[in-house]
Amino acid sequence: MQKAQIKHPFLTRRDIIGYAILAAVIFVLFPAILDSFRLNLFGKYLTYAFVAVGLTLCWGVGGILSLGQGIFFGLGGYCMAMFLKLEASTPENTAIQSTPGIPDFMDWNQLTALPWWWEPFYSLPFALLAVVAVPVIFAFIISFAMFTRRVSGVYFAIITQAVVAILAILIIGQQGYTGGVNGITDLRTLLGWDIRTEEAKTTLYFVNAVLLFTVLFVAQFVRKSKMGRLLIAMRDQEDRVRFSGYNVASFKIFIFCLGAAFAGIGGAMFTLQVGFMSPTLIGIVPSIEMVIFCAVGGRMSIIGAVYGALLVNWAKTTFSESFPELWLFGLGALFIAVVMAFPNGLAGVWVEKIEPLIKKFWPGGAKDTVAPAAKPNPAE
Amino acid sequence: MSDTKKPNGINNLSRRAVLAGGAALSASLFTPKMLRASDFPTDVVNTTGLAVTDTTVTCGILHSVTGTMAISETGSVQAEKLAIEQINAQGGILGRKVEYIQEDGASDWPTFAEKARKLLVNDKVASVMGCWTSASRKAVLPVFEQHNGFLYYPTFYEGLEESPNVIYTGQEATQQIIAGLDWVNQTKGAKSFYLLGSDYIWPRTSNKIARKHIENFMDGCKVVGEEYYPLGHTQFNSVINKIRLRKPDVIYAIVVGGSNVAFYKQLKAAGIDPSEESPIVLTISVTEDEIRGIGGENVDGAYACMKYFQSLENENNQEFVKAFKEMWGEDMVIGDVTQAAYLGPWLWKAAVEKAGSFDVDKVREASPGIEFTGAPEGYVRIHENHHLWSKTRVGRAKADGQYEVVYETADLVEPDPFPEGYQ
Amino acid sequence: MFSDYSMSELTAIFAMQGFAGLILFSVFVLMALGLAIIFGQMGVINMAHGEFMILGAYVTYLMSNLFADYMPALFGMYFFVAMIFAFFASGALGMLVEWSLIRHLYKRPLDTLLATWGLSLILQQVYRSVFGAREVGVSIPNWMMGSYPITDLIEIPINGMFVMTLAISISLAVYIMMYRSGWGKQVRAINNNRQMADAVGINTAWTDRMTFGIGCGVAGVAGSAFTMIGSTGPTAGQLYIVDTFLVVVFGGAGSLLGTIASAFSISQAQSIMEFFLSGSMAKVLTLLVVVGILMVRPQGLFTLKLRK
Repeated sequence: MQKAQIKHPFLTRRDIIGYAILAAVIFVLFPAILDSFRLNLFGKYLTYAFVAVGLTLCWGVGGILSLGQGIFFGLGGYCMAMFLKLEASTPENTAIQSTPGIPDFMDWNQLTALPWWWEPFYSLPFALLAVVAVPVIFAFIISFAMFTRRVSGVYFAIITQAVVAILAILIIGQQGYTGGVNGITDLRTLLGWDIRTEEAKTTLYFVNAVLLFTVLFVAQFVRKSKMGRLLIAMRDQEDRVRFSGYNVASFKIFIFCLGAAFAGIGGAMFTLQVGFMSPTLIGIVPSIEMVIFCAVGGRMSIIGAVYGALLVNWAKTTFSESFPELWLFGLGALFIAVVMAFPNGLAGVWVEKIEPLIKKFWPGGAKDTVAPAAKPNPAE
Repeated sequence: MSDTKKPNGINNLSRRAVLAGGAALSASLFTPKMLRASDFPTDVVNTTGLAVTDTTVTCGILHSVTGTMAISETGSVQAEKLAIEQINAQGGILGRKVEYIQEDGASDWPTFAEKARKLLVNDKVASVMGCWTSASRKAVLPVFEQHNGFLYYPTFYEGLEESPNVIYTGQEATQQIIAGLDWVNQTKGAKSFYLLGSDYIWPRTSNKIARKHIENFMDGCKVVGEEYYPLGHTQFNSVINKIRLRKPDVIYAIVVGGSNVAFYKQLKAAGIDPSEESPIVLTISVTEDEIRGIGGENVDGAYACMKYFQSLENENNQEFVKAFKEMWGEDMVIGDVTQAAYLGPWLWKAAVEKAGSFDVDKVREASPGIEFTGAPEGYVRIHENHHLWSKTRVGRAKADGQYEVVYETADLVEPDPFPEGYQ
Repeated sequence: MFSDYSMSELTAIFAMQGFAGLILFSVFVLMALGLAIIFGQMGVINMAHGEFMILGAYVTYLMSNLFADYMPALFGMYFFVAMIFAFFASGALGMLVEWSLIRHLYKRPLDTLLATWGLSLILQQVYRSVFGAREVGVSIPNWMMGSYPITDLIEIPINGMFVMTLAISISLAVYIMMYRSGWGKQVRAINNNRQMADAVGINTAWTDRMTFGIGCGVAGVAGSAFTMIGSTGPTAGQLYIVDTFLVVVFGGAGSLLGTIASAFSISQAQSIMEFFLSGSMAKVLTLLVVVGILMVRPQGLFTLKLRK
């Protein structure tokens, strides 16, 4: 019997169609039909998609459920906000303060000089590096200790949640250095370019979209590489992979740090588009909501994660505009439904319901040899 | 709820009562003449494209009705709706009926910013009544300044801010704090103070001002402890022991939210009964609203320092309390912030009518000096710095959940958001 | 810091501080016991645990109103009745949830986390719609408020003693149920090996439902007791969730003794640090230490040797 040669192409035909549709939606459809205000909102939703894509890799593929993605989103956002705040706090802008030239919240808290660790954030390259590096370093510290000691599953989730709690209390408590519960607000310009104007917001939307696609392709690459397949193997039978001689911990650490880097970029784009950063993004609740973006999209599906983030946030805005009292019912029901009825999320609905329809009406149009995305038993 | 165009979507509202209340108020308010919209053509009163038609004007209401802050902000929404209803009963503003679009900030600061932008950019509202926490105000402030909106902000807060786009209808920190400290020092002979607060900007800034005042302006007085607990903290036995150890004359507590309930219950259980006044409990964060959650028996005898108590005995307040209860139910209580929120629409009306225009620039120009004699708290006036001149009062909590006013400043206290000597 | 005080004052303060630590310990035990059953024994991550507690608190609130209106003479005793009702209300809701949600998810523990989080959001909104967004004030019988002076300086809060007594009795009851009853054996058997337990004739479905119900019922009693020391509002349950999970995980899931030991060590650490440091820093340090230890010793303080 001839051995079947399994191919793992970087992009299957289905992937190409999927990315093309997504690109059309983000680059053409949204800018065409949405006014500037709504487009900015959708830009904000797309920043969550960065986190959701990272979670797809960590959780869907790698089986590591993190309830702490808010940490990395927040850290990335804070790094960006620190740079923007320093740029906004010129001595002229802050002339009424008792110490001009430092951020306003420091002045309110009787700081008379900029703390040393704020100094490097005068430099944009440093800030941009920090947006990725700080979350990654943090993720490494958290994950190294735990994965080398084989903490996994539930325990990892709960410990990340505790870390969220610690960081939130710290940031709120150290308000002289972090802006406290108010966050870092009133950000104005990026290298002299006013980020508050409509044009700037539209530009940022496209920058965000391009970055998102970069991240998507990185994720796709990892997913389809040997490492992606190893991660799935680890998720399902960790010991067998370990006994085959692989260093399980280092793979897990890598994928967790990658997810953190994605979240950090998302956070920075959030800061740029929304105009401030707040500790509410680091809390326990948003961190869990980020998981639901990923789950709604279909935890294995990278493209699904983007749609999941868009759909949940769009629903949140729409519902809370129309029926604020009902919103929590809707969100709660969504959590339950996605677990009970649609464990594969939007991607599952697409693969199981819509593609057969397409095939029915357009035979030969969607032939595909590889269909591992529709694995019905979700990750533990 | 953005489609709530008609304020009379409120079921349990007695139309007659509001009319009566409105009429009674108007007698003591401004010129009771009815302005006709035809005397103020829309293209004259609205040159900047706001949501003003020949018959209506739209304002926004932006508070949290979901999430943790819904507890506090519900009262403000109710007061604002009452004020708008009463203004409409009197013929509206410049002959135009006031409609509102309500948005939910969901206790989430980015959401506040998003909704503020929606109200200003999409809905073009002529003004916004809203925000409660400092964080939500800080989040919307750049939006209001960029799109030149006009916000009426009801909460007592830490000061250090003076925006051309905000009227602060609550007290800033010095107004609320200094009179109370002086009072407790002079009438109770208190010399030592233990400062306690939830860990965020308002308690920290307020305690800083309190500390500066105690140390620099009160002879022989000292602070014996200062300490902060995370928001939502519910275990206060350790700090109560520390308080016992330091034996202060006054516990100056600025604890908020769920922590408030835990703190006062545990204080009472630990044998420190506020009504025994040893030590005296003085707070600036417990309004009648909070007492409902804490339980009147647990704060009985504590002193609160703010500008309004539901029990104030003046005609305006009696009308206001009556109208509020008829609109929202007999069991409602009204706290300081609720009253300040009620001032917002009235101050806006007065400023618009003085300016003869809804344009934000003209309303802003007209605002300083606006007087409101119909305020439940008594007479208020808008200062050049967009805060209100108002009296400060000290109330003693009673077991029924109301305050008994024991002191009131003789004159209006000047708002001073950037106090010299307290930085 | 202590030089200005006399020896007797210091002794008194430390005695009371020790007692404060014990109260915190009892609070942690009450919070964690229900979860120790549900998470430790069944492996279900019940993020709605706080909401089950708050249900107990709201039941207490309703009972206090009921007694105040119809049986004012018996008001002093209402709390005991309220706790029983809280147990059954939360327990019944727990069984309903187990039947409708959890039983489909036993093989997917992380999915129970998401589903119960959704449940907690729904419950919060239900509370808000029924009881209003504001906190409700639960009036406590007079004899339970106030303090009992042991010496001139040492005063012991009565509600603290009440919470301690309750924590001890519930721990004992749970211990007897888990380790001294046939039912407990069945629960532990299922925890060890579901298929085998099923095969030897244990009615696993019913045992699961009862276990989940009892865990939630204990949470309800805890919530009822917490009306004495904390607030009762729609979102108050969320305040407890991180602490509760940490206590259970730190103790080593599956071990009741571990949960109690971990509640003791965390509460003492926090209480001592709160006394010497400011409140926020004490909390941060406590959490950091717990997380740090868990990173080094992920299985927690006590572990059962299990063949998985």
